[in-house]
Amino acid sequence: MAADSAHASQHSPDGEETRRDFLYLVAGAMGAVGTGAFAWPLINSMNPSADVLALSSTEVDLTPIEVGQSVTVVWRDKPVFIRHRTEDEIAAANDVAINELPDPQTDADRVVKPEWLIVGGNCTHLGCVPLGQKTGDEKGEYDGWFCPCHGSHYDTSGRIRKGPAPLNLPVPPVEFLDDTTIKIG
Amino acid sequence: MSSGQPFQTNNAIIKWIDHRLPIFSLTNDTLVDYPAPRNLNYWWNFGSLAGLALVVMIVTGIVLAMQYTPHVDYAFDSVERIMRDVNGGWLIRYIHMNMASFFFIAVIIHIFRGLYYGSYKAPREILWILGVVIFLLMMATAFMGYVLPWGQMSFWGATVITNLFSAIPLVGESIVTWLWGGFSVNNPTLNRFFALHYLLPFVIVGVVILHIWALHRFGSNNPLGIDAKGPQDKIPFHPYYTVKDAFGVGVFLLIFSVFLFFAPNFLGHPDNYIPANPLSTPAHIVPEWYFLPFYAILRSVPDKLLGVVLMFASIGILFILPWLDRSPVRSCKFRPVYKWFFWVLLIACVALGWAGQEAPEGAPLYISRVATAYYFFHFLVLLPLLGVIERPKPLPASIAEPVLGGGEVWSNAAAKPMEKA
Repeated sequence: MAADSAHASQHSPDGEETRRDFLYLVAGAMGAVGTGAFAWPLINSMNPSADVLALSSTEVDLTPIEVGQSVTVVWRDKPVFIRHRTEDEIAAANDVAINELPDPQTDADRVVKPEWLIVGGNCTHLGCVPLGQKTGDEKGEYDGWFCPCHGSHYDTSGRIRKGPAPLNLPVPPVEFLDDTTIKIG
Repeated sequence: MSSGQPFQTNNAIIKWIDHRLPIFSLTNDTLVDYPAPRNLNYWWNFGSLAGLALVVMIVTGIVLAMQYTPHVDYAFDSVERIMRDVNGGWLIRYIHMNMASFFFIAVIIHIFRGLYYGSYKAPREILWILGVVIFLLMMATAFMGYVLPWGQMSFWGATVITNLFSAIPLVGESIVTWLWGGFSVNNPTLNRFFALHYLLPFVIVGVVILHIWALHRFGSNNPLGIDAKGPQDKIPFHPYYTVKDAFGVGVFLLIFSVFLFFAPNFLGHPDNYIPANPLSTPAHIVPEWYFLPFYAILRSVPDKLLGVVLMFASIGILFILPWLDRSPVRSCKFRPVYKWFFWVLLIACVALGWAGQEAPEGAPLYISRVATAYYFFHFLVLLPLLGVIERPKPLPASIAEPVLGGGEVWSNAAAKPMEKA
């Protein structure tokens, strides 16, 4: 009660803010900043740790992959599709009106060497692994990949053509160490 | 909540304690002498059933946690060890699995009870909002619990649901990486899901306490949706509703036992008995049945961000329901028009649930789009509009009137007095 009346008496008669109101505001703001500063390391601890970040590159020998074959390798615990494309598939990937694509990108921007298409193997919708790597898989309407979860179709360049996925299959950083060995990541 | 008379006892020890910590008074005022409307029907049983389910989940969950290993290499095997080697482990796990479904059944019926009888209206808005918060917490808890056995459905369910957040513009990918603690659903994800799956039920208990606190501020709503006018409209919670709730528990557990002992995997998916494989998505992934309506809303929209937004909005809209429904009359008994749309809403929700388990093409996709559109039309257009144009039936003067006199109001009503005055 005493504090209340003391507080009331600090207000100027015409209802303007007083120095005490300012002190309340500053003290409250400092409290919020302090709490945030304490919360940040806790929140940040949930980000990828050093050992997870360390597993960031994978080397692949391309020699055993015949033309027309696909293999799935693991990079950062996720599948990466490597497809040794046929001439027809490369031609199909280039024979597209770029401005009609949901996520416009030329095939040349997505490959280092046209015969080797290397893309992330998780659908950009909600992360399922699309079908199309194995012979006999449904490859979708554009002969690339088809995601069975929510029906997204990818073409022979791994670009989204139809369905709810918003983006093309991502192209990871790829470096040719020699003619038949690549480093992903 | 003050009852007719304060708590009294002749036991000196209880008196001594209660004077210092009035826990006996609180229990008495909450569960014994608490005056409840005399006309509650069986739809009012589902709150206590949900409370029972929460207790069963926590008790079985604590015991299961003593045997479970939250690591990607051991999680699946530790669950199989619970099923095969741990004494009675199969029973405890099957109780936990099936009670999760029955918890949702009880809560969903409880929610539709509230919708039918207008239990969300003034002065019970905060009570309702706390209930929606509980529902959200339940969904988060159930989702993370389903990930723990680390089967195929666990892994891909976790992948799909966490990827929902990647739809957020600009920061989506960073949020997903943060949720995972890596670049995919993996061991850090499993570890944190286990920690949160253990934590959230106790948060639910906390919100349930607030829920009951808010409930007892004005007391339960009732099938007539009118306020109690005096002591003749109320009866003490014990023995009337303790007995009625106990009877409901008996029926509930009987039906539960049918699933538990004769079809324990009926509500699950066989694919979750295949260990998680990050390189192969099951051909047909669907969430647990209680998520199907929301999953159908997500898939009914061809745009990723809009689908996610609508799915979350379908629950978010319940938070503002008390202000969307402009009708002053609570109970559907006296709302001749809204009454029918309540059933349309129920059918739309069931249709969404059905469509959610089908492949998103052809008739199921079409039905899920119609039902999604109706769901939002119902809350955003119909409810505000009906409050203005609907002409409600006359309300009875009091709850006790049909029993204690003034019977002409109810002379033609089908409802017979259930208790003697």
